[in-house]
Amino acid sequence: MNMKMIKARLAAWWRGEEDLTEELYGSPRPEEAPAVPDTPLPRLHSTFVIAHTELRAFRWLYAVLSAVFCLIIIGTMLYAVTYMPPYGSADTPTINEVFDRYVEQGMAETGAVNTVAGMILDYRAFDTLGESFVLFTATCTVIILMKDDPDLKKKKHPYFVDYRYDPIVHSIGSLLIPVLLVFGAYILFNGHLSPGGGFSGGAVIGSALMLYAMIFGEERATRVISERVIQTVVLCALGFYALSKSYSFFTGANHLTSIIGPGTPGNIFSAGLILPLNVAVGCVVACTMYTFYILFKRGRLS
Amino acid sequence: MRFGENGLINFEEMAAIILFAIGFTTLLFNRNLIKKIIGMNIMDTGVYLFLASMGFIFDREAPIITDGVTDADRYINPIPSGLVLTGIVVSVSVTALMLSLTVRLYEKYRTLNLDEIYMLSHNRGGKP
Amino acid sequence: MIDFIRNFPFFSIILSLCCAVTTFVLPKKPARILSLSLFGVCMALSGATLLRNLYTGEGFVYRMGHFDAPFGNEIAAGLLEPACALLFGTVLFCSVLAGKERLLTDIAPGKERFYYIMADLAHVALLALCYTNDIFTGYVFVEICTLSSAGLLMIRGTGKSLAAATRYMIFSLIGSGLFLLGVIFLYGITGHLLFPQLHETVAEIHAAGTYAVPLLISAALMTGGLAVKSGLFPFHFWMPDTYGTATPSSSGILSGVISKAYIFLLLKVIYRVLGTDVYFATGAQNILYLFGVCGIVIGSLSAIRQTRLSRMVAYSSAAQIGYIYMGIGLGSAAGITASFFQIFAHALTKPLLFLSGAKLRAASGGSDAFRDLRGAAHRDRGAGLAFAVGSLSMIGLPIFAGFIPKLLFALAAMDSYGKAIPTLVVLAVSTILNVIYFLHTVITIYLPVNTQPQLSRRRPDAAFLVGALLLVVINVAIGMHSQPITSLIEQGLSLFAD
Repeated sequence: MNMKMIKARLAAWWRGEEDLTEELYGSPRPEEAPAVPDTPLPRLHSTFVIAHTELRAFRWLYAVLSAVFCLIIIGTMLYAVTYMPPYGSADTPTINEVFDRYVEQGMAETGAVNTVAGMILDYRAFDTLGESFVLFTATCTVIILMKDDPDLKKKKHPYFVDYRYDPIVHSIGSLLIPVLLVFGAYILFNGHLSPGGGFSGGAVIGSALMLYAMIFGEERATRVISERVIQTVVLCALGFYALSKSYSFFTGANHLTSIIGPGTPGNIFSAGLILPLNVAVGCVVACTMYTFYILFKRGRLS
Repeated sequence: MRFGENGLINFEEMAAIILFAIGFTTLLFNRNLIKKIIGMNIMDTGVYLFLASMGFIFDREAPIITDGVTDADRYINPIPSGLVLTGIVVSVSVTALMLSLTVRLYEKYRTLNLDEIYMLSHNRGGKP
Repeated sequence: MIDFIRNFPFFSIILSLCCAVTTFVLPKKPARILSLSLFGVCMALSGATLLRNLYTGEGFVYRMGHFDAPFGNEIAAGLLEPACALLFGTVLFCSVLAGKERLLTDIAPGKERFYYIMADLAHVALLALCYTNDIFTGYVFVEICTLSSAGLLMIRGTGKSLAAATRYMIFSLIGSGLFLLGVIFLYGITGHLLFPQLHETVAEIHAAGTYAVPLLISAALMTGGLAVKSGLFPFHFWMPDTYGTATPSSSGILSGVISKAYIFLLLKVIYRVLGTDVYFATGAQNILYLFGVCGIVIGSLSAIRQTRLSRMVAYSSAAQIGYIYMGIGLGSAAGITASFFQIFAHALTKPLLFLSGAKLRAASGGSDAFRDLRGAAHRDRGAGLAFAVGSLSMIGLPIFAGFIPKLLFALAAMDSYGKAIPTLVVLAVSTILNVIYFLHTVITIYLPVNTQPQLSRRRPDAAFLVGALLLVVINVAIGMHSQPITSLIEQGLSLFAD
C-alpha cells in the first residue's frame, strides 16, 4: 500500500464509508448477534405532525426569550458581583475566626494534615453524611429507571461500541486496570494526608471497574461484581458510615469522651474516623459509578 | 445605577456568573433534553467556580499542612473547597438521574425534544 | 430524661438513614413494615421533642460532633421544628399506608423496596430540613428531597409519569441552582454558614449598609429558588402532570409535605438567617404577595376547567400554595401564623383528597373523568366520605382544619396597610371558586347510581380506611381545637425570632 492509497482509505474511514477493522487489526471480529438497527422514529402519525408544526411557531419565541432572559440574569448578577468583596484578597468576610480555627487548630483537633478532609469529615461531617446519601439516592433512582426496563430488554443495545475485541483498548486497558486500582487505593488511604479522599479515590476505582467491564464484557464483570456484592458493599459502607458518625455525633453532643482520638498527624493510621470514612465513601462511590455504567449499558445488574 | 467598586477585580466571579446564566438559560429554554443536561452542568460549574473563587487568596497555598506550619496567613480558605466537593457529588448524582430519565424517554418516544415528548405522552403515547 | 430528649431529633434522622440503607437488601414486605414502623417511631420521637420544648418553654441546639457553633454542624429544635416533623411524619405514614393497593399495582415487581427506600430518604430529608441550623446542610438535604421525590414520582414507569418527573426535575434543578447561588452570595459577604452566626452578621451588615446589593440579591435568589421548588404561581406548570400521573401515595407525599418542607426552610431563612426586619425591608414580601394572590385565582380557575379529578385536585394545590405565600407576603407575624396553619391544614387535607380520589377512580372503572365518577361514593363508601371531608376542609367549612387559616388570613389582612381589601376579595373569590369545583365533585360522586350497573360495590380496604381515618380525625381535631395550635405557632415564631 502506498501513501496515497492509505490516505484515501483513511479519508474513507473518516467518512464512515468503509469498515477497515479487518485490515487494521488482521483478524475479523467474531460474529456477534447482529445488532438491531436503531428503528427510525415512527414520525408519520398525525399527532406528531401537528405537534411539530405547532412547536415550530414557538421556536423563535424560545430563542428571543432565552436571549433576553440570559442578559437580564447576567446584568443583575454582575451588578451584585461588583459589590462583592474583592477577589483574592485576605481582607474579606470569609477570612474570619472559622477559617483561622480550621487552619490553625484543624490538624491538632482532627489529626488530618489535609485541612479540607478534616473539615468535611470532622468539623462539618453532617453535610458529608448527607452528601453520601445523595449518591445513594441517585443510585436507587437510576436502578429504578434502568433495571430490567421493559423497553430496553427487547433490544441488544446498539448504541455502545464493543471494545472486547479491540486489541488496542484491550491491551492498554489490561495494563491500566491494576495501576488504576492501586492509584485509587492510594488516594483513598492518603485522603487525610494529601489531596484526595473518598470521592476522588472512589471515582478512580470506579473507572477501573468500568474499564474492566468494558474490555472483558459485562457478563464476566457482573459475574465477578454481582448485584449481591454491590448491595453488600453499599450496605456495609453506608451502614458503617452512618453508625460510626452517629457515635461521634452522640458523644460530641453529650460532651462524652470519644474513644476515637486524632492520633499523630502525618501518620497513615491517624486522624480518627477520617481514614475509615474515606474508605467507606470510596467503596460507595466506586460501586455507584460501576452500577451507573452497567445499568446504562446492560439494563441489568446480574 | 451605580456599580460597586470591585467590578474589575472580581473577574473570576464575573466569569462564573456568565457561565451560570448561560447554563441556567439553556436548562430553562432549550427543548432538547441532552442540551438541558449540558446546561445544568454548565450552571453547576458556574456555581462551583463562584464558590471556589470565594476561597481563593493571592500568593497562598492549598490548605494541606505538609511541613507542620499552621500559620493562617499561609493558606487559602478550606471551607469553599469542601463545599464545592459536596456540590460536585450532588451534581454528578443529578446528572445520572437526568440521563437515565432521558434514556427511558428516548426509548419510549424516540425523540429528545421535551415538547414533542409532552405532545406524544398526552395525546396518544403513554402506554398505561 | 428531659435532657436525654435533646437527642431525639438526631436519633430520628439517623434511624431513617439506617432504615433506608437496610431496605436496600430487604424483600418488599419487610421493607414496607420497616418503613411504616420507622415513620411511627419518628412520630413518637418528634412528639416527645415537642412536648419537652412545650414543657420547658424553650428550644435547644444540638451539636453534631465535637465542635461548637461556628465550626461544626448543628441542628436546632424550637416548637415549630418538631411540630412540622411530627406533621410530616404523620402525613408520610398515612399516605404510604393508605395508598397500599395502588402501590401494589403501580410498581413493577421487584422494585417495591425502592419505593420504601425513597420514602425513607424523603423522610430523612424532611426531618433534616425541619431541624437544620446550617444553611449548607439545608442545601444538601434539599437535594436529597428533590432526588427522592423524583424517585417517588417516576417509579410508576409509564411514559407520562417519566415525562412529568423530567419536568419536575428541571424545575427543581432551577430552584436548587438559584438557592445554592443565593447561599454562596450570603457566605461571601458573611463568612458563616450556621444560622445564629449568619443572623448576627447579616444584622451587622444591614446596619452598616455595606454589601446591601449582594444581600438583596442573595435574599431574592434564596426566596426565588425555594418558591420555584415549592411551585409558586408562575412555576406551577409541573404540578398537574406530576401529581396527576404519580401513584396516589406519591402525589400525597409530594403535594402534602415536600413542597411544605421547602416553604418551611424559606420561613427559617426569613426568620433565623436574614431576620424579619431585614427581609421585609427588601420588599420581597410584596412580590410573594402578588404571586401568591395570582396563584390563588389562576390555580382555582384552572381547577374549574379540568374534566378529570386528579388534575383538578392538583391545580387546587397551586391555589393552596398561593395562600401560604400570600400570608408570608402580608409581612406580619399574624400573616405568617396563618401561613403556618395553612401548611398544617393543607398537608393534612391534600393527601386525603389524592388517596380517596384514587379509590373513587378505581371504583369507577379506572377513569377519573367526572362523567364516569357519578355515584362513585356509593360504590366505595369510605373513599366517598374521605373525599367529602377533604373537600369541605378545602372549601373552608367550620369544624374542618381548612376553615381556620382563612379566618386567620382575613384577620391578619385587617392589620395590613394596603393589602386588606385585595386579601379579603381574593379570599372571597377563591372560596366561591373552591365551592364551585369541590362541591360539584362531591355532588357528582354522591349522585344516585343507575347508569353503570356493571360496576359493583368495592370491598373496603382496611389499610386505606385506617390511613384516611387518621387524617380525617386529625383534620377535624385541629379544626375544632384550633386555639392550642395557633398559640403553638405563635410561641414557635417568637422562639424562631430569638
